[in-house]
Amino acid sequence: MKEYFKHIYQTVSTISIGMNITFKQMFQKSVTIQYPEQRLQLPERERNRLFVNMEDCIGCDQCAKACPVSCIDIETVKVIPGDVVGKTGVTSQGKKKALHVTDFTIDFAKCCYCQLCVFPCPTECIYMTDVFEFSSFNRDVLKYQFADLSPEQGAEKKEMYAKYALEQEEKKKQAAIEAAAKKAADEKSKAEEKPADEKKETDSKTDNKES
Amino acid sequence: MENIFTQWFGNSLLTYILIPVPILVYVSVFALYAVLAERKVSAWMQNRIGPNRTDKFGLLQTILDGLKLVQKEIVNPTRSDKLYFRMAPFIVFTAAFMGYAVLPFSSVFMGVNLNIGLFYFFSITSLGVVGVLMAGWASNNKYSLYGAMRTVAQIVSYEIPTALSAIVVVMLTGTLSMNNYALAQSGGIFNWFIFGGPGDIYKIILIPIMVISVVILFISTLAETNRTPFDLTEADSELVAGVHIEYSGMLFAMFFFAEYAQMFAVSGVIATLFLGGWQSPFGDLIPFLNTPVFQVLWFLGKGLFLVFVQIWLRWTLPRVRIDQLMTMCWKYLIPITLVNLFLVGLYMLIFK
Repeated sequence: MKEYFKHIYQTVSTISIGMNITFKQMFQKSVTIQYPEQRLQLPERERNRLFVNMEDCIGCDQCAKACPVSCIDIETVKVIPGDVVGKTGVTSQGKKKALHVTDFTIDFAKCCYCQLCVFPCPTECIYMTDVFEFSSFNRDVLKYQFADLSPEQGAEKKEMYAKYALEQEEKKKQAAIEAAAKKAADEKSKAEEKPADEKKETDSKTDNKES
Repeated sequence: MENIFTQWFGNSLLTYILIPVPILVYVSVFALYAVLAERKVSAWMQNRIGPNRTDKFGLLQTILDGLKLVQKEIVNPTRSDKLYFRMAPFIVFTAAFMGYAVLPFSSVFMGVNLNIGLFYFFSITSLGVVGVLMAGWASNNKYSLYGAMRTVAQIVSYEIPTALSAIVVVMLTGTLSMNNYALAQSGGIFNWFIFGGPGDIYKIILIPIMVISVVILFISTLAETNRTPFDLTEADSELVAGVHIEYSGMLFAMFFFAEYAQMFAVSGVIATLFLGGWQSPFGDLIPFLNTPVFQVLWFLGKGLFLVFVQIWLRWTLPRVRIDQLMTMCWKYLIPITLVNLFLVGLYMLIFK
């Protein structure tokens, strides 16, 4: 019988405690955040979408080498004399840019946000931003192109470099011929002062070079 | 009410059509906004915000939900009993709505002033059991049937404490008409039956008995409407959704409507029996507050407060087990109500 009334007392008291708590909770401020309008502040070193500041990029390919999932694709073309990369041809720290970056693609579908590409960068031009909402219905949209140059411009630069390289090759050949000729002339003038048996050898050498 | 309408229109048939219309409108609006209130209150109790995307405070939420349900296809399960399957939700809702016929909204506005109003109410609301069992059987789903069986067991057993705790008031007033209960409690808040009803100083003895009766009536009507903590019949984690499993679209909405309609109906009965019905708590001090329009407001206010308590309880307590449910009914509620009845009988013998 004692047990019986104890049960009743326990039921009533525990239910009243619970109802008291829920009633108090009703007047507390809600903890919900209305996400698209209100946002939590992201932590200081959050790792989200990468960004490349092409003003500073020197096309050194170090980030692509560091990437564990190979999501960075870089294609570069050497600069010919008289042409400048971008507007100034130097980075913001004053370093000279020697390469046109014709293609700088990061595939965020592959990216694992490990931040390993950020550390090797000599000019600190690749870094993590606070953008984390870039889902899309198409996987190709997630390939981000950072290069300044359009494909046509890139092709133009490539052509220019090929032409220049050809010219340089020609020049090199020319220079080699001239140098050989000069050398031969020098040898000749030297040989006149030397004995005849030595002269024979040098002659054969110059023949080889000229041929 | 009927007489006034019949005098106005000169046609009793038109009267019988017109009287339920405002009540039906009220029940629909109440059901819509009680769902919203339920979601809002639960959100506040859990430190959330709740629906707030539709209109300013989510006021259109349930209306739009209803629109969505209207658009949905009604699926008939294979080898289900199509006629009974379609009929069951309407029986459940009709049973819940028919209870409103005897609720005294004010001294002049009530569906019908039956001289056996309370008896009618308890019998007609338990008619919903037939619809629930029909739905469970016709769905051709074992979980539906299991939920329906539980509902029947629960409602049938909780009928007893419901009726017994209501009989206390019947003994004191000597009537079964719902309007007479409200009339008997005139003269301010201390003449309500929760405070022993009108009478001399000895009625103080009645106060604990009456408070216990109100609590028991509340608990047992809660079980009859299948609300948490007695929602074993639609226990999501065990029975998926009880009898609603196979229902979709408007048929499902009908079950929802029925549940919320029943919530207010039983609250109205408790308010009428123990909380003075349409009587203003100030009694004759401010006669202005006892005019028929204010009477409706008092009645709705008391009913809605009890509905709020039901919602409050739902979001506080976990579900009871089936053996706990039955233990509570047969070992606790029924003996206590019987003792109450005995004590009230003694009081009647000695003091009246």
